[in-house]
Amino acid sequence: MPTIQATKIQCFHCGEDCTTDNIRLNEKIFCCEGCKMVYQVIDQGGLCTYYDLNKNPGINQRIIVRTDKFAFLEDKKIQQQLISFRDDEQTRVTFYLPQIHCSSCLYLLENLYKFDPGIISSKVNFTRKEVEIVFGTKGTSLRRCAELITSIGYEPYISLNDLEEKRPPINKSMIYQLGVAGFCFGNIMLMSFPEYLGIDASEVGLRTLFRSVNFILAFPVLLYSALPFYQSAWKSLKHKFLNIDAPIALAIIITFIRSASEVISGTGGGYFDSMSGIVFFMLAGRILQDKTYRQLSFERDYTSYFPIAISVLKDEKEIPTTLPEIKAGDTLLIHNEELIPADGILTKGKAFIDYSFVTGESLPVPKEVGEIVYAGGKQTGTNIELLVIKEVTQSYLTRLWSRDEFKQANQKKNTSFVHSLARYFTYILLSLVIITATYWWMNDVSRVWSAVTAMLIIACPCALLLSNTFTNGNVLRILGRNHFYLRNAQTIEDIAAADHIVFDKTGTLTSTQEHDIVYKGKLLSKAQQKQVASLARCSSHPLSRALASSIGFDPNVVPTSFREIAGKGIEGFVANVLVSLGSFEFVTGAKRNSIGTAVFVSFDGNPCGIYHFHNHYRKLVPLLFERLKRTYKLSVISGDNDAEAENLRQVAGSGADLLFEQKPEDKLRFVQLLQRRGSKVMMIGDGLNDAGALKQSNVGIAVAEQNNNFTPASDAIIDAGKLSQLDRFIYLCKANRNIVMASFILSIVYNIIGLFFAVQGTLSPLIAAILMPSSSLSILLITFGSSNLLAKWLKL
Amino acid sequence: MGVIILLLIASVSVATIFLGAFLWSVKSGQFEDDYSPASRILFEDKPSSSTNNSDSKKPLQVCK
Repeated sequence: MPTIQATKIQCFHCGEDCTTDNIRLNEKIFCCEGCKMVYQVIDQGGLCTYYDLNKNPGINQRIIVRTDKFAFLEDKKIQQQLISFRDDEQTRVTFYLPQIHCSSCLYLLENLYKFDPGIISSKVNFTRKEVEIVFGTKGTSLRRCAELITSIGYEPYISLNDLEEKRPPINKSMIYQLGVAGFCFGNIMLMSFPEYLGIDASEVGLRTLFRSVNFILAFPVLLYSALPFYQSAWKSLKHKFLNIDAPIALAIIITFIRSASEVISGTGGGYFDSMSGIVFFMLAGRILQDKTYRQLSFERDYTSYFPIAISVLKDEKEIPTTLPEIKAGDTLLIHNEELIPADGILTKGKAFIDYSFVTGESLPVPKEVGEIVYAGGKQTGTNIELLVIKEVTQSYLTRLWSRDEFKQANQKKNTSFVHSLARYFTYILLSLVIITATYWWMNDVSRVWSAVTAMLIIACPCALLLSNTFTNGNVLRILGRNHFYLRNAQTIEDIAAADHIVFDKTGTLTSTQEHDIVYKGKLLSKAQQKQVASLARCSSHPLSRALASSIGFDPNVVPTSFREIAGKGIEGFVANVLVSLGSFEFVTGAKRNSIGTAVFVSFDGNPCGIYHFHNHYRKLVPLLFERLKRTYKLSVISGDNDAEAENLRQVAGSGADLLFEQKPEDKLRFVQLLQRRGSKVMMIGDGLNDAGALKQSNVGIAVAEQNNNFTPASDAIIDAGKLSQLDRFIYLCKANRNIVMASFILSIVYNIIGLFFAVQGTLSPLIAAILMPSSSLSILLITFGSSNLLAKWLKL
Repeated sequence: MGVIILLLIASVSVATIFLGAFLWSVKSGQFEDDYSPASRILFEDKPSSSTNNSDSKKPLQVCK
């Protein structure tokens, strides 16, 4: 095959390889007109620092946004939903810009006022990839703002989801409580030292002073910082259920009462430091736990992917209309690269619909006038018109999403083994307390109180809870670093428990970006191959595009004239030879049955051969199957016909079940069937057609090819490039349980030591003060250390 | 003894100031975005008013 070019030229704006060096401005070379335009805007705004901060910071602009795309922002009702604040002077709006990725972006977007004097200020939130723009209500408009940031390469992402209610702000009260607890803990600890170090008995006044300061400092902890534990314990008691927070709340209150009585009666210093220590460490663990259990943005439904508005044709005019207002019988105008929001009949134009969003299939499907087009596809090519037959909420796609199965699926939560262990712990502790109390009651009544309170203080289950929280948090972090994002900590256990893995084929095992192209027929010379490529490049059909990029393109060979019949093929003169590419019917004129995805080629009317397009399996997938099949049952399930069966068998190996021609419902039912046979199913899929199976399975993992790609609702998202490491991720999840168990055992050892003193009624505040933090800290070390070591060993 | 009481008051009040600073920083959202403030401070902010009047006579600066 011919090589492309000796030296690669990078686009000054976006850094992609340029196929031609014709697009120039100010001696800079660009890959496309879009990038050049953005450069021009930035240059004229005097913000060239954009290019100095980072090398080629721009975002590729090959797909140019059509001019009146944001016309719908003129609509008052839509404006109201998007704008966070407005008065006569200024308006405030926040846009989500998924393209934000470096400090150049930050620089450019915070200098928007230099482009448009109507803009007062703009501020970027980098983590959320949002920009908040404040503009003069009279100076400019919402639409102009959106168009401005689009013109510099940051098209705002406005979806139907934005029309719905805003998310509530994050609750910070627990962080305040942690801060207060930390403050009190530290100070109480400091003031307790004199007592531990044996303050001179003559200094009674000083000792009383330290004790009373401790007493005062303990109040905020008792009354404010520990609130979450009381609330949780009370809630569970109301439901007649003993959760782990009940002994914690009890321990806090008992410790306080005992310490207060000691201080008031002057008999001792109390355990205020242990009490505030418990609250501090438990709160830290609780915040971390909330963070790991917080639902990542996995609960996405179709509203996050659908546009907010679409053009409806009425009396030959384009009227931007919000999706909920679209009625059956409306005519929609769908532009290039726009999503089809409702099922409809194609009435005008040539449709090439990219359903990769729904099925994972990479090649667009051609549709003729009169055919039904389902929602969820993306039109590529020219504009089309569509007569709506079903409203947005009634369409095939959205109904799939709102199936009842999915709603029930949310109830499979809170089955973690930690909860049952914690409950045992509570029962054992309470019975031990009762036994000790009765023993001392019969032998030495004066020691009942001190023994019982000491037991409750020392046997607090915090180390138990912390070990779980910290291990999970660290494992989630390690996996996230490797582009494997779990919905929450519960998913770790689900992954470890799975014993049957079901793979979707299209888009999961195969790549949506690449194809294997195999040529069969008469041998073609290099020159002929170049002619094919140069003609194929002129076509808008995705197969031709794929063909052109696989052969490679030579800028010296250009067709002198060509003619394309959309959906059929293309023919033209290249170097005085008539080359035709396309379907068998187009190239030869004769009819023939389809033989899979293929392009025929002829030179001067002589058919020469066929380019076959095969799915391109991701790298290392066969190796992954090889490793997984030792411990797991494997199945591959595909919506396609079995043309690929042989290829797939080679990839998947002999052990795997292969199923073909499975509709979305079939996939779901297959998972159900496996579950009824007692398997714990891990489903790995990508498109919406897997959404049902992903939800039904015990753990559903969605494969995402690009960062901002669509993924159906799932328990985890894995980056496509990391799929081959799946077995190592699973191993880490399994080890997670062992680490938690090991630290459990350690914390129980600590508890036994403490209880040994406590049952005898001889627990001194000093021993409590040493045991408490040291158990928490050693658990921290063990969980973090061992999970990090393991990750290193697994090369994650 | 008097000195110890004085020191006690001093240390607790310093700690209180830090507690207040922490609560304020959480409240004002300083932990929400840890990337932009760090890079924002590095931008050389050329006086923005100059782009409107004096700069307009000069030829447009060209990106390097």
